[in-house]
Amino acid sequence: MIIYENIRLALFSLKANKMRALLTMLGIIIGISSVIAIMTVGNSMTASVSDSMESMGANNITVGLQQKADEEESTEEGLQFGGPGRMKSAEDEDGFTYEMLENYCETYADSIQAISASENMGSGQILEGSLYANVSATGTSLGYFLANSVDILSGRFFQEREFDDGAMVALISDLAVDNMFEGDDEAAVGSQIQVNIGDKYYNFTVVGVYEYDQSSMGFSSSSAQDTTTAMYIPLKTAKELNHTENYLQFTVVTATGVDPEEFTETTENFFAAYYRNNRDFEPSAFSMSSMVEEMTSMLSTITLAISVIAGIALLVGGIGVMNIMLVSITERTREIGTRKALGAPNSSIRLQFIVESIVICLIGGIIGIILGVALGIGFAGFLGTSAKPSIDSIILSLTFSMAIGVFFGYYPANKAAKMDPIEALRYE
Amino acid sequence: MEHKPVIQLQDIYKRFYIGTPNELQVLNGIDLNVEEGEFVAIVGQSGSGKSTLMNIIGALDRPTEGSYHLDHVDMIAARDGELSKIRNRKIGFVFQTYNLISRTNAIKNVEMPMLYAGVSGRKRVERAKELLTMVGMEDRMHHLPEELSGGQKQRVAIARAMANDPAIILADEPTGALDSATGRKVMDLFHRLHKEQGKTIVLITHSPELAEETERLITIKDGNITGERSGKGRQ
Ligand SMILES: Nc1ncnc2c1ncn2[C@@H]1O[C@H](COP(=O)(O)OP(=O)(O)O)[C@@H](O)[C@H]1O
Ligand SMILES: [Mg+2]
Repeated sequence: MIIYENIRLALFSLKANKMRALLTMLGIIIGISSVIAIMTVGNSMTASVSDSMESMGANNITVGLQQKADEEESTEEGLQFGGPGRMKSAEDEDGFTYEMLENYCETYADSIQAISASENMGSGQILEGSLYANVSATGTSLGYFLANSVDILSGRFFQEREFDDGAMVALISDLAVDNMFEGDDEAAVGSQIQVNIGDKYYNFTVVGVYEYDQSSMGFSSSSAQDTTTAMYIPLKTAKELNHTENYLQFTVVTATGVDPEEFTETTENFFAAYYRNNRDFEPSAFSMSSMVEEMTSMLSTITLAISVIAGIALLVGGIGVMNIMLVSITERTREIGTRKALGAPNSSIRLQFIVESIVICLIGGIIGIILGVALGIGFAGFLGTSAKPSIDSIILSLTFSMAIGVFFGYYPANKAAKMDPIEALRYE
Repeated sequence: MEHKPVIQLQDIYKRFYIGTPNELQVLNGIDLNVEEGEFVAIVGQSGSGKSTLMNIIGALDRPTEGSYHLDHVDMIAARDGELSKIRNRKIGFVFQTYNLISRTNAIKNVEMPMLYAGVSGRKRVERAKELLTMVGMEDRMHHLPEELSGGQKQRVAIARAMANDPAIILADEPTGALDSATGRKVMDLFHRLHKEQGKTIVLITHSPELAEETERLITIKDGNITGERSGKGRQ
């Protein structure tokens, strides 16, 4: 009850001095709004980054080869190492062998759900009379479809036997079906197609049609007719047609409950053992989740920096509130004396001024939150992500502004409470 | 009618600036008893110590020496918290300069002592309206102090003093800032509170006529009580 009266009183005295109150709140407003703005932007960025990472498979580990840093040359020529002349590209003989992969799968059977390897055969065309569809033929392992989401619209995936035998079967996109079969998926499944890659012609049996995900291919200026879509064939088929034995790159889908971070290192160390004697290359592994982590840590650094600035603004704001409270108490000395003469205990006087200080800070905090959310949404819109103001940070801000009110209001309020009633009443 | 002392002052001394070269003794051993239902006027020159005495009676200040009982409560031994409670429940203050809270209206001003007494909102408003009606301010209840004349302000202040129905009203030159006609009206209000509600009233005044209307006149000079006599009544 007395709290309610105090809030009313505080609002009265703020209304009497609107400009002064606003100037006092400025520090709080700036502090809170910058915290909220950065939280909002950060939130939406983390959300969109982890969203896209999720779709790429956050638990996937990609293993590839990188050139070893040549110590002799790099010391001689400083920053020149890795210059255009010495860039070597990994040959098939440098690649991971089937034995290595088999070994790896056996050693870490519990941690690995699947291995996804692919072999690119390059771009080509499905041809049938005057009809054509641009495709890029990609040999894929069973794990590929676990690591990458591919939706079958019609027909089926490859069977294990087809993987093992290197059968001449293919999965083509619905876009290719549009071009070759007038969009009739039923007609496409089971049909023979002739594919021209480089100077060779191959015949494949279509076993399934998958849904082409335009967004995953990025921006494309070509028309639907000329768009190149993936044509999936079994990995072994592609290897045989390409005359390659080994794998330059593959993706590990980790089993649930495996820490991808940790397993990335384990994986890299496992393969590093095979490459001790390779002069030019060493394995490198990275996980999507580590990229997310990096992104998050970068964001949190920015957040920290802005938080420090906001903290200073809040500190200055708090001192401003304290200053204005001291002024207000001096101005209202006679009021304090009167209240005491009429029986206000010290605790009530203290409460009155602490509430007033909290009200100032809270109003400042609310203005700051509104401003911060608006800024955050605006900035996130500018970055092209959708803003998500975090409820947590809003609650935290409100609590924090109240805490500032209590902290910086206590000293002035206590000063008022301890005033001698006679002195206060005699004050001119 | 049995005479029961409510205010018992014995050998009261008050000194300011104690221990400094300009130490000032304002009250020099005051003995004073005021009985329940009495209307007493304190007169004396400016600077004689009337307000200092009044502040001690009103539990706003403590004497340097002496003993003081209000309603048989030892006011010297009482702690600050108890004194605020006594000021709130047993004493009603009326000041020369009204001391209304400028930001709030008449009714809120009258409610204020009740707020500290823990009276609920509805009862506060009810009582405040009743009191403002009693002092003839019923149609000015929602006015701010700055919108009221001096006499009106003082009437609001008297209503405020009556908020918790105190036994004692202490008024320090309540008509000092008013012209004689308005002062007259305020004085009539005190008479009514005395007669109709049996309040004990201690009034400091510079007006000899108003002082004569009370039951007992106490003269103070240089911190001593130098005279005491009955009032001559209204002229
Ligand atoms: N709080 C105080 N501090 C110092 N001196 C005071 C204080 N209160 C009163 N005095 C001094 O005590 C004397 C009596 O003051 P006061 O009781 O107000 O006189 P009166 O009300 O009779 O005019 C004056 O000289 C005044 O200056
Ligand atoms: Mg005086």
